[in-house]
Amino acid sequence: MAARASLRQPSVIPGFGMTFGYAVLVLGIVVLLPLCALALRASAIGIGGIIDVVRDPRVASALRISFGVSLLAAIVASLFGFVAAWVLTRYNFPGRRLLDAIVDLPFALPTAVAGIALASLYAPNGIVGGWLAAIGIHIAYTPAGIFVALVFIGVPFAVRTVQPLIGEIDREIEEASATLGATRWYTLVHAVLPPLVPAILTGFSLAFARGIGEYGSVIFIAGNLPYVSEIAPLLIVIKLSEFDYVGACAIASIMLAASFACLLLINLIQAWSHRRFGHV
Amino acid sequence: MSEINATDIGLPTLRAASVVTERRPVRIALIAVAVAFLLLFLVLPVAAVFQQAFAKGLGAYFESFADADALAAIELTVLVAAIAVPFNLVFGIAASWAVAKFEFTGKALFVTLIDLPFSVSPVVAGLIYILLFGSQGYLAPLTQSLDLQIVFAVPGIVLATIFVTFPLVARQLIPLMQEQGIGDEEAALTLGASGFHVFRTVTLPNIKWGLLYSVLLCNARAMGEFGAVSVVSGHIRGLTDTVPLHVEILYNEYNFVAAFAVASLLAGLALVTLVIKSLLEWRYADGLAASARH
Repeated sequence: MAARASLRQPSVIPGFGMTFGYAVLVLGIVVLLPLCALALRASAIGIGGIIDVVRDPRVASALRISFGVSLLAAIVASLFGFVAAWVLTRYNFPGRRLLDAIVDLPFALPTAVAGIALASLYAPNGIVGGWLAAIGIHIAYTPAGIFVALVFIGVPFAVRTVQPLIGEIDREIEEASATLGATRWYTLVHAVLPPLVPAILTGFSLAFARGIGEYGSVIFIAGNLPYVSEIAPLLIVIKLSEFDYVGACAIASIMLAASFACLLLINLIQAWSHRRFGHV
Repeated sequence: MSEINATDIGLPTLRAASVVTERRPVRIALIAVAVAFLLLFLVLPVAAVFQQAFAKGLGAYFESFADADALAAIELTVLVAAIAVPFNLVFGIAASWAVAKFEFTGKALFVTLIDLPFSVSPVVAGLIYILLFGSQGYLAPLTQSLDLQIVFAVPGIVLATIFVTFPLVARQLIPLMQEQGIGDEEAALTLGASGFHVFRTVTLPNIKWGLLYSVLLCNARAMGEFGAVSVVSGHIRGLTDTVPLHVEILYNEYNFVAAFAVASLLAGLALVTLVIKSLLEWRYADGLAASARH
């Protein structure tokens, strides 16, 4: 008891031992123990073993596709997500609230449902796909299909990380900038945008991290052609179904390392932003 | 005072607003871009689910649910959510109580670890349970001696679902409870209330709307989880197929009407969740504050 008392500041509120103890226990059993199993298996395979798996051309191309398309999709989602966040916060127009509510859709809609919906829309005989096929563009069953699915997944991250900050912008800064003779564009680029950059980067990293691991919404529209449109998570599933646990764990540990790197990056961005601008 | 703008005090807005906003054509263009983008990427897919589900009429739509496998999938999904959601609810309340009401060493690490499942691919989430409980898993001797089947059975599906939705409730409640501080609770305690009494009559009313939304979102995510469940389920039709997995089977069998009909249940659930969230936000903005990020 004395040891714990030194770890936390004294308080009259009861229940710390019970709630914290229970939460740590559950966290350990549900999250940390299984992740340790992967870490243990990966260390048994060793760096050399993981490199061997990654040098397989099919694995290498799947990882390249997953990372490359996620990057592109996160950029596009951040760009349009920023415009959407700006419009939804700053302007008033009919249907604004409805549109604002819809941004959360990818959070709530099951990925498999999104996947089959996107596949049916962008297939050559679908509503959008048919129209695009007429001008020679094919989305479904190509890497472009993966891109569409990952933009869908990334939108809410991009919008929701920036939106609260746009709402908090001090209008007086904009007024001051305008009275000092700056054009609207100059004000936006030099006064409004800089404090938003950390949030935009955070949203981008979240969308990117989520995109690397995304499975359900991608596999239906991707066509899953090895070397062309096969993503890394799908390859894990394939390796597992072939009982190739070494292969599956090697790919999984690379993806896990990438998501931890993203998590670290987000924390660094937020720490930097906190020092620089005094907010997240 | 920047909070007062021209419209509030009845002044003509054109001149006052023009300094701190874009010109009208730019505004219209930006609105058009945002609306077109959100319609194309978010609204169209949901509309497509319902359009495809009803493509062959109401009869075909309802026929899709007469199938025994579809009913078994719905039953399993409800069962899984009925275990996973309360589990995460209890964890979320305990964790957010500890984080929001106390200062202790390692709090930042604790919160980061709670968030961890969000940065793990659903497929990897499934894989780690196979590494633990699969036939060659680390805990296989234990489960075999107890004659327990975890993966490729219902317990594995429940565990994977809990993992994937693990941070949802805690993440919603922590900022909410932090914002409300501990003043109310301290007052109640000095008046002689017991800990549980304080939680039930002071804390709970303060967080009820955030709690309700987090439970709804957790439920929608639990019922709709695909990747993690797909890895641990083993795909035994009628036994370990949840609704999303059943949708996949129907779709891959080119049974599109049935696939989209079953999928429309989940899409409807997602829409209801969002509608309730929006209603709560409009009516009780404070009760859901600080919930911007999921």
